[in-house]
Amino acid sequence: MTAVEDRPVTAGPAKEVGQARKRKEDARLITGKTTWTDNMVLPGMLHLAVVRSPVAHAKLGTIDVEAARSAPNVVAVFTGRDLAEEQGSIPCAWPVTPEMVNPGHPSVAVDEVNHVGEAVAVIVARSKTAAQDAVELVDVDYDPLPVVLDMDRALADGAALTHDHVASNESFRWIFDAGEAGTGSSTDEAFANADVVVSRRFVQQRLIPAFMEPRSTVVQPQGDNYTMWSSTQVPHILRIMLAMTTGVPEHKLRVIAPDVGGGFGGKLQVTPEEVITLLVAKRLGKPVKWTETRSESLMSAHHGRDQIQYVDIAADREGNVLGLKVHILADMGAYLRLVTPGVPILGAFMFPAIYKFPAYRFDCQGVFTNKTPTDAYRGAGRPEATFAIERIMDELAVELDMDPLELRRRNWINAEEFPFTTVAGLEYDSGDYEQATQQALELLGYDELREEQRRRRESNDPVQLGIGFSTFTEMCGLAPSRVLGSLSYGAGGWEHASIRMLPTGKVEVITGSTPHGQGHETAWSQLVADELGVPFEDIEVLHGDTAISPRGLDTYGSRSLVVGGAAVVNASQKVVAKARTVAAHLLEASEDDLQFESGTFSVRGTPGSGVSIQEIALATFAAHNFPEGVEPSIDADATFDPVNFSFPHGTHICAMEVDTETGMVSIRKYACVDDVGKIVNPLIVEGQVHGGLAQGIAQALYEEAVYDEDGNLTTGTFVDYLVPSAADLPHFDTGNTVHEAPGNPIGAKGVGEAGCIASTPAVVNAALDAVRHLGVSDILMPLTPERVWRAIHRGGDGGDRATAGTNAYGGAQTETTAGVSTPESRLGGDR
Amino acid sequence: MTQISVRVDGAAYTDEVEPRTLLVHYLREQLGKVGTVVGCDTSNCGACTVHLDGEAVKSCTVLAVQADGSEVTTIEGIAQNGTLHPMQKAFHELHGLQCGYCTPGMIMASIDLVGDNPDPSEHEVREGIEGNLCRCTGYQNIVRAVQQAAAEMRGAQA
Ligand code: FES
Ligand code: FES
Repeated sequence: MTAVEDRPVTAGPAKEVGQARKRKEDARLITGKTTWTDNMVLPGMLHLAVVRSPVAHAKLGTIDVEAARSAPNVVAVFTGRDLAEEQGSIPCAWPVTPEMVNPGHPSVAVDEVNHVGEAVAVIVARSKTAAQDAVELVDVDYDPLPVVLDMDRALADGAALTHDHVASNESFRWIFDAGEAGTGSSTDEAFANADVVVSRRFVQQRLIPAFMEPRSTVVQPQGDNYTMWSSTQVPHILRIMLAMTTGVPEHKLRVIAPDVGGGFGGKLQVTPEEVITLLVAKRLGKPVKWTETRSESLMSAHHGRDQIQYVDIAADREGNVLGLKVHILADMGAYLRLVTPGVPILGAFMFPAIYKFPAYRFDCQGVFTNKTPTDAYRGAGRPEATFAIERIMDELAVELDMDPLELRRRNWINAEEFPFTTVAGLEYDSGDYEQATQQALELLGYDELREEQRRRRESNDPVQLGIGFSTFTEMCGLAPSRVLGSLSYGAGGWEHASIRMLPTGKVEVITGSTPHGQGHETAWSQLVADELGVPFEDIEVLHGDTAISPRGLDTYGSRSLVVGGAAVVNASQKVVAKARTVAAHLLEASEDDLQFESGTFSVRGTPGSGVSIQEIALATFAAHNFPEGVEPSIDADATFDPVNFSFPHGTHICAMEVDTETGMVSIRKYACVDDVGKIVNPLIVEGQVHGGLAQGIAQALYEEAVYDEDGNLTTGTFVDYLVPSAADLPHFDTGNTVHEAPGNPIGAKGVGEAGCIASTPAVVNAALDAVRHLGVSDILMPLTPERVWRAIHRGGDGGDRATAGTNAYGGAQTETTAGVSTPESRLGGDR
Repeated sequence: MTQISVRVDGAAYTDEVEPRTLLVHYLREQLGKVGTVVGCDTSNCGACTVHLDGEAVKSCTVLAVQADGSEVTTIEGIAQNGTLHPMQKAFHELHGLQCGYCTPGMIMASIDLVGDNPDPSEHEVREGIEGNLCRCTGYQNIVRAVQQAAAEMRGAQA
């Protein structure tokens, strides 16, 4: 069911869209001619180093900065008390309920520290090394307070408080009940009438976005104007929020995101360090740079995930799902950052997934703990939801003794049912779950692998094989402004573009969506080449500078192409419309008699006569011979506000080998077929899927941010926080089906987050499928060999996060690095 | 301060450095060779990889003084007269990069890998670049790029 019929007809034959164009941006990236923020050197530039709290929760006593202040080449030292007047609070743009408690988030702690890594003072020096050397000279009195780490305990009566000026550790409670909303029936009745109810508790471990380029910010004051370069995904949002927070007026602040080395949601933030750099530059009237170390990044840049999910599913004996109840504890960490509370709410609508649940209730509590704040990480709420539903569908299949794919098939939305309004109130746009599943089964070689699984089972092979499914969808293309308003988000979801036609016929495309690896420069050029009929090479895409691209809402939520690209297409079409008027004048014809093909206007039926849009650009620049009363410009702007999200979907299948003697897991084969609507550039789409898969698989197998009982992050370097290497990941077999999105002029759906959202449950379901006959029904993520071994040989889920000194947590520790040998660690905690 | 003399990407430099200065910081801050980047502080990520006398090293693990008298090649020095190195070309053609932050180190490590093993299997490439982290690509296209470049480099030598 594609929706091409209703789409506006775009000019010219599609020549560029759909081609695997090699990326324009590579030219600088493969030769080292890049403009990372940390490359920036300005005359007289000063350097910052941040003194960070080594304790998770304490009252701040005296902070003695004298020794640091008099250290060589140190220019100034500021504490939170010095900056208290100006620094305001790091903004939270998403107050999900009117009652939501926001404790306030000073950029530099003033009275109290609430997580390890929180800034307590800032050193300003003439060199980076001088600043770093002086960090150790700052003497801070910490008066320790009880540390709150565990969400279940944080909500218990009489629990210690994360912040002593709030009444409890609950920030908010947010409920969606389909029965009450009128989008479904009563969950209580559904569960009362069910033949089967399955209840599970799932843990979404805490993750760290771990973009490869550490964050960096440079601020240059010029009179009362400030230019900030920052390694950010969101220069536009950053500018507005800094103006609101620091009192530097918006029109006096220019924010530039130069080349940015990855983000994944981790640079969708207004960071304390950005505020600090701006305030210090303002105080001292000099250019200032801050660049973090990796260890600083891992402990102070926001984290992601971290939910405890209580999921109940009701069904009849035949396997028809009747109801779904979800109760979530979402760890906010110590503070609310830009969209911290909104992340679990983005997931709220996705738990029913592709299944036709008649009844649904979602209940979420946001919980404060003395840990680094959480916020967006690739998928933001939707991976958590997808994990929960795809895991519980497998559990229900086991309970019903049904094939997991059969159970899904019985309940999923059929191709002819689109558009389909779900129990969560979303209108899914298009798709065909059966088609994607069939293709994925073929890609995997499903039948042979099932046969091999049977053989290994029968022979009691120490290496068992399992197959896991994830038939996912997600909502992306954030977002219709009105929907965001109804969810209390503080901004809209539109995107802006403008097209500048230069006198020589070259084209500048200005986009408000700021890339950091997604290939906007290439894909946008393809869109515009087709719309204007000009060569791909004649187009330059400009972005990431609020002075060049004045309007924009940046890059997150798989929105760039489906919202930002749509604005580019609409702006291009306005250029063509304006050029048509000029062409009619130049060709002395009526506009109605003109046709526009491959970049040239000509009079219908008069071959040979014609004027190209690039020639019209020159004629417009000269404006010597221009139609009466028409302004001499064919440039155009467009702002696109989508009416709906887009809903990519797909089927991901993982075949996993589990060595029952060592607990080692190894992906034998991974196949996925994604439907992301119209594909503008297959090379880029495939790359986005690969990268998403890597991060989703990493959640299942490798990554976990672990805190010890005192609130120290024990995975604070790349030695302990296991970002997978090439050797840790399999080959991916990927494919596509195409059901265009009716909600934007391109027909594209988002792709940036799909692989990350879909893959995690496929991997865990596969591992469980391999060992379920041994009595294992859950294993905590990440599936470290130790946890897998324990689940097989000791029962349970392999062990909860353990206290410091044991080896049971995370994948990162080996016997040696843990420093403690336990019976389990002797079996090898290494990956 | 200690005086060192090095050749970097074909040009000779003599400079005073602090004994504790890392090679990567010398390259970036004193020579302006900012194509080579820093991604970690524990020698895990490989973003800083350069060639020191023809061998790939993580330049955050080498002191600038240790490079005295040596020949250093960075990502900025491998294209010959405006022609991309086969490894650069292959990364571009096979979409072996997204944000590009890992790319300089990844390319320098891969050139060294192919020098040692002119015809690496997929498995050998994956093992060979294990010391270089990429958060964007999932590595598959990097692996393909290394193999394609290896084929071209074999052809060039033949
Ligand atoms: S910066 Fe050298 S290995 Fe990470
Ligand atoms: S391309 Fe971004 S880290 Fe490798």
